[in-house]
Amino acid sequence: MKIGNFSKGAKVAAVAVAMAVSGTFAHAADTSLTGSGASFPFPLYSAWFKDFGQKTGIEVNYQAKGSGGGIEDFTNRVVDFAASDAAMNDEEIAKIDGGVVLLPMTAGEVVLAYNLDGVSELKLPRDVYPKIFLGEITKWNDEAIAAANEGVELPDENITVVVRSDSSGTNFNFTNHLAAISEEFNSTVGGGKTVPWPKASNFVAAPGNQGITATVKQTPGAIGYIEYGYAQQTNTPYAMLENQAGNFVKAGPEAGSAALASAELDANNVAFITDPKGEQAYPIATFTWMLFYKSGQDADTVAALKEMVNYGLTTGQTMADKLGYIPLPENIIEINKKSLEEIGG
Amino acid sequence: MAKTSKPVPPSNGSVSRPPTAFEYGYDKSFRFLTFFAGLLIVVLLAYIFWKIGGQAAPAMRQYGLSFLTTVEWNPNTNEFGILAEIWGTLYSSFLALIFGGGLGIAVAIFLTQGFLNARLAWVFRLIVEMLAAIPSVVFGLWGIYVLIPAIRPMASWLHDTLPFIPFFSTNLAGPGMFPAMIVLSIMILPTVAAISQDAFKAIPMKIQEAAYGMGTTKWEAIRKVIIPTASGGIFASLVLGFGRALGETMALAMLIGNSQQVSLSLFSPATTLASLLASTFPEAGANQIGPLMYAAVALLVITMAVNIIGTIIMSYTSRQTVT
Repeated sequence: MKIGNFSKGAKVAAVAVAMAVSGTFAHAADTSLTGSGASFPFPLYSAWFKDFGQKTGIEVNYQAKGSGGGIEDFTNRVVDFAASDAAMNDEEIAKIDGGVVLLPMTAGEVVLAYNLDGVSELKLPRDVYPKIFLGEITKWNDEAIAAANEGVELPDENITVVVRSDSSGTNFNFTNHLAAISEEFNSTVGGGKTVPWPKASNFVAAPGNQGITATVKQTPGAIGYIEYGYAQQTNTPYAMLENQAGNFVKAGPEAGSAALASAELDANNVAFITDPKGEQAYPIATFTWMLFYKSGQDADTVAALKEMVNYGLTTGQTMADKLGYIPLPENIIEINKKSLEEIGG
Repeated sequence: MAKTSKPVPPSNGSVSRPPTAFEYGYDKSFRFLTFFAGLLIVVLLAYIFWKIGGQAAPAMRQYGLSFLTTVEWNPNTNEFGILAEIWGTLYSSFLALIFGGGLGIAVAIFLTQGFLNARLAWVFRLIVEMLAAIPSVVFGLWGIYVLIPAIRPMASWLHDTLPFIPFFSTNLAGPGMFPAMIVLSIMILPTVAAISQDAFKAIPMKIQEAAYGMGTTKWEAIRKVIIPTASGGIFASLVLGFGRALGETMALAMLIGNSQQVSLSLFSPATTLASLLASTFPEAGANQIGPLMYAAVALLVITMAVNIIGTIIMSYTSRQTVT
């Protein structure tokens, strides 16, 4: 018995060693890519890279250190590609010799998650939610909220506003949207990755999407902004928001796609949809980009990068919805495929 | 005793003999190694200062001292100030020192002064020290999911009944100074308790016996003899605990609310230097790196100052205590 087990074990071990060795050889022959940047698309990207690696043998190491860190690595040429929720501004682009190719690879929505006992559906008009984030509306039973939610029992409870404490792309998109629809928000807080939120005792800040989600879920009367995917995965209720056309829209793949459809990309493939048009468009949607060099890389790397982008634009898009991202509209994929050719050695 | 015995001449069979060349060299190299290790720490500290200071220098020139006295942190308009962070760091650490420090010393007295039998005291000590092994982020989660819901009714009662007292002037929304302070107190408790216990244990038995011989009660002996004798060690434990509290990052970033305000209120959200650095650094743009380094220098200076002042006071008081 014992001997039998041992020889069985030895065989298994030998096979495992052989596999490991051959595996290493196989990998050594293949190209591997390194990238860094945005953390918001990381759940999707990591799913892509895992599947992509299994199918093609091209290993992609992606470090989700944040958009700012990604751009920094990209500028210093320590990575093969980078990712950023805020694309790159002209100043940053100018620092890259030979130019850059920016490709919007996926998109997301930001939702307003809330914690109100017994309120399963909440509508927030577009003149109301900026005021909540300015600290001007502080009670849930405020007339402005009540007027839009007839038949909903709104409690006489203080609103606790939960915002991001860390600098992030989600902050960037959310505050730019608020700044676009509210002049007052624009002049007092403004849009950016880090903004000076009102200094009030009902404003608390938590790190990361998960930090806001946890705080909102634990705090009666709280409201906070998180990525749609997080709200979905954690079953956190979120509000319907009034869009530019005056309709109350719930975040989801269709409403997100409707918002993206109105985007007009500029020469660098950049568009920030701060206030999308469209009857059914969800008001807070955003692209997130991958950044590539136009020149200065060897042919193998360029080929591998192109293969990776192609994968992301085809198979990759089918995974988006399930993970809480918006699949790219056809026209954006076409533009991407054209721009892809500009990645060069 | 060893001094009075005569040196024995080296001879076969004697226990005493001159060191061999190997032992001599071993001793020498060990000395060199310890000297080198000590020197390395000094060099390392200087290097950290130089490196961070170098990156902070442009921001220091640009913002000067107003950086330390303003509260706005707005990268969009290039306004940077860390008064709120300095205040939050010192206030939270100070409060934690009062609660956690007091509790830690009490625990140390309880475990060393014969209130428990030795085995039980050993088990208790182990449990207290195990608090130090709990990761910061777990404390943060515990704070969010257990502590805040537990203290919310008490906090709102205090705010509703005593709003005129500055400490209770705002409502506790959730994260804030109070939960952060409690978690910080628990985090410094093992440090304070362990080092104070060592200080109490280091007191020679004859001092306690002498006190009892004078006819003191147990309480009097502890209060008038034991604590003053161990005061140097207790103080050291408090300084270390305070230093730990100043630099604590993750649990505070999760619990303090990260709001740039200077407020005495325990229920209002606040922020600290460490949590500002941790949360802002990863996505910081070029214009923020300098100010963040400046903030890091401020934190480093505050921590160093606390430790240096602590050491000075300690060396001063230890000269006066009974040995």
